Amino acid sequence: MTRKQKKTLIRILTAAVLMVVLQVVLHFFPLTGLLLLLLYMVPYLIIGYDILRKAFLGIIHGEIFDENFLMAIATVGAIALGEYSEGVAVMLFYQIGELFQSYAVGKSRSNITALMDIRPDYANIEKNGDIEQIPPEDVKIGQTIIVRPGEKIPLDGVIIEGSSTINTSALTGESVPRDAETGDEVISGCVNMTGLLKIQTSKEFGESTVSKILDLVENSSMKKSKSENFISKFARVYTPAVCIGAALLAVLPPLARMFFMQMEPAWGTWVFRALTFLVISCPCALVISIPLSFFGGIGAASKCGILVKGSNYLEALSEAGYIVFDKTGTLTEGVFRVQKVYVKQENAEKLDLFLVKGKPAEESLLEIAALAESYSSHPISISLREACKEDLNKDRVADIEETGGHGVTARIDGNEVAVGNAKLMNKLNIAYEECTVPGTIVYVAVNHMYMGCILISDVIKENSKEAISALKESGIRKTVMLTGDNKAVAESVGREINIDEIHSELLPADKVAQVETLLSEKNAKEKLIFVGDGINDAPVLTRADIGIAMGALGSDAAIEAADVVLMDDDPKKIALAIKLSRRCLGIVYQNIVFALLVKALCLILGAVGIANMWIAIFADVGVMVIAVLNATRTLNTKKLM
Amino acid sequence: MEKTYKIEVDCANCAAKMEEAAKNTEGVADATVSFMTLKMKVTFDDGVDEKAVMKKVLKACRKVEPDCDIDI
Repeated sequence: MTRKQKKTLIRILTAAVLMVVLQVVLHFFPLTGLLLLLLYMVPYLIIGYDILRKAFLGIIHGEIFDENFLMAIATVGAIALGEYSEGVAVMLFYQIGELFQSYAVGKSRSNITALMDIRPDYANIEKNGDIEQIPPEDVKIGQTIIVRPGEKIPLDGVIIEGSSTINTSALTGESVPRDAETGDEVISGCVNMTGLLKIQTSKEFGESTVSKILDLVENSSMKKSKSENFISKFARVYTPAVCIGAALLAVLPPLARMFFMQMEPAWGTWVFRALTFLVISCPCALVISIPLSFFGGIGAASKCGILVKGSNYLEALSEAGYIVFDKTGTLTEGVFRVQKVYVKQENAEKLDLFLVKGKPAEESLLEIAALAESYSSHPISISLREACKEDLNKDRVADIEETGGHGVTARIDGNEVAVGNAKLMNKLNIAYEECTVPGTIVYVAVNHMYMGCILISDVIKENSKEAISALKESGIRKTVMLTGDNKAVAESVGREINIDEIHSELLPADKVAQVETLLSEKNAKEKLIFVGDGINDAPVLTRADIGIAMGALGSDAAIEAADVVLMDDDPKKIALAIKLSRRCLGIVYQNIVFALLVKALCLILGAVGIANMWIAIFADVGVMVIAVLNATRTLNTKKLM
Repeated sequence: MEKTYKIEVDCANCAAKMEEAAKNTEGVADATVSFMTLKMKVTFDDGVDEKAVMKKVLKACRKVEPDCDIDI
């Protein structure tokens, strides 16, 4: 509890005790008149002086019709009508409610901050042989920092000494630790678990991952959702409306009784009913619980490694109908690997003869291809070299000639070798057998004789298929894949993971056009999600209703352009994000409906005189407490994981 | 020019009122208040003295919510 809260608590207890004592005293010595009023004034002023002060200042500043005004007028009115104990009780319960609210909000605030407890407090640097702790803000780029086991990595950098396992769970929600060794890049916010690391920083603290993430989460509640805007607009109209309603309730019925029904005006009854009306109408349950729900929802999502940049995006996620994926790097690993080596069997013997003897023909073929491509930096060449287990002796290669868009010719151990695509084979007039498997095919010929081919392709991510089916289950109507890759590859990937619609061979500008078409095709209420790896998808990410960037660790561009950032590469997290957002919105609607219904019911009951001050207090404080408790449910992620 | 300030305020409704008051202050292009993080983000008009503007913002906020505070 803060000091302010403690002070309120003491005031509540004092006033409550005084009220009890007063009731006991009155039981034995029935007092009346001014003395009784003065005795009630003591607890009333203890509990309500700040409300009265604020109400007074509000009136002076022209800010009438706020909560303080409502409470002041209701309680002063009750006391003026001789309902002393009710007057004090309303103030007392109002303060209890306020205290509870401020405690609950403070608690969830710190809960959420604890979820995001990744801010490092210090960095260790070496100075004259000693380790010194300095604030992470003071570390410069290129400086060496030391991270001991159990400590958080304070800044992004590269390991220059030591190896360890690193826990990234605070950033990604992934509980399996990663291995890191000298030369590896590490990001701030992870926890070093086992070994001592020396890290050369590559970014300043303000630019480091941890600062960016914290900044993003802290600013997320600034982008308000439609529901939040609705409530603040609603409150602006609602409070004055209720005050006018109450004033009419106090004045009209008595006048009507006097002039039309020839009855006693019964001013007291109607004014008291109007005051009850005022107490019921307090809008705090809505005003507090809805931002709290969104804040909790965003906090829970960050705990799962899903960063949502604003309440508006959390809200939009729940309305998602279409989802569009980029292929490479999003549904697939984005890394090219040798999948298969086909050797032309009739020529296998010759292959053996030409080059390395006594080895499986597949390995020889791969070795030839890797050797021929050993000087190229093309991604295909890199994957060939990676697949070849042998140490490549580059001295065996001579006369390398690379033809852009075709391939490479070279002389290996004196044999003429050609490695490349179909165009190269045609150009050299080599009779090859066309391979129709989707992927990139590298044909290999030795001394103008076709030897076989190597299939290189991207690998589909482990979770992609599951992710798509989870999305479909969660009510996504259409799944689309856009890719710059060729049709055969795109279709085989799409079939494998069960995607509804595939568009291939697209240039970046075509992707935007495709998204535009889809945007105009869907109905207005549905939202379109685009998921990309954030590297060259920025225009599409911005164009879609919700842009989700994947594998954002370390990619600043993605964090900038996207609305939602998945901290690990797992496409399954999208369905989880949608689930979280739906639950959050569900809780928001529950609170809106519940609060408005109870209030409307109590208002009617209050106006006809069935509901007394006590019901009014429940309608105000009770509803707020329930709404706040309900809102804190958004923090719980266990059931959804 | 955009800056974020820590604020002190008790209720969500008051925070909304502060936001409105800040928005209407001269020299402020836009302002958002997050009750949850107790922060106010202010976008200033070009070429104004932030400190002077923030003093005016605080004054305007005090008017609608006497107990509030902004860490300028």
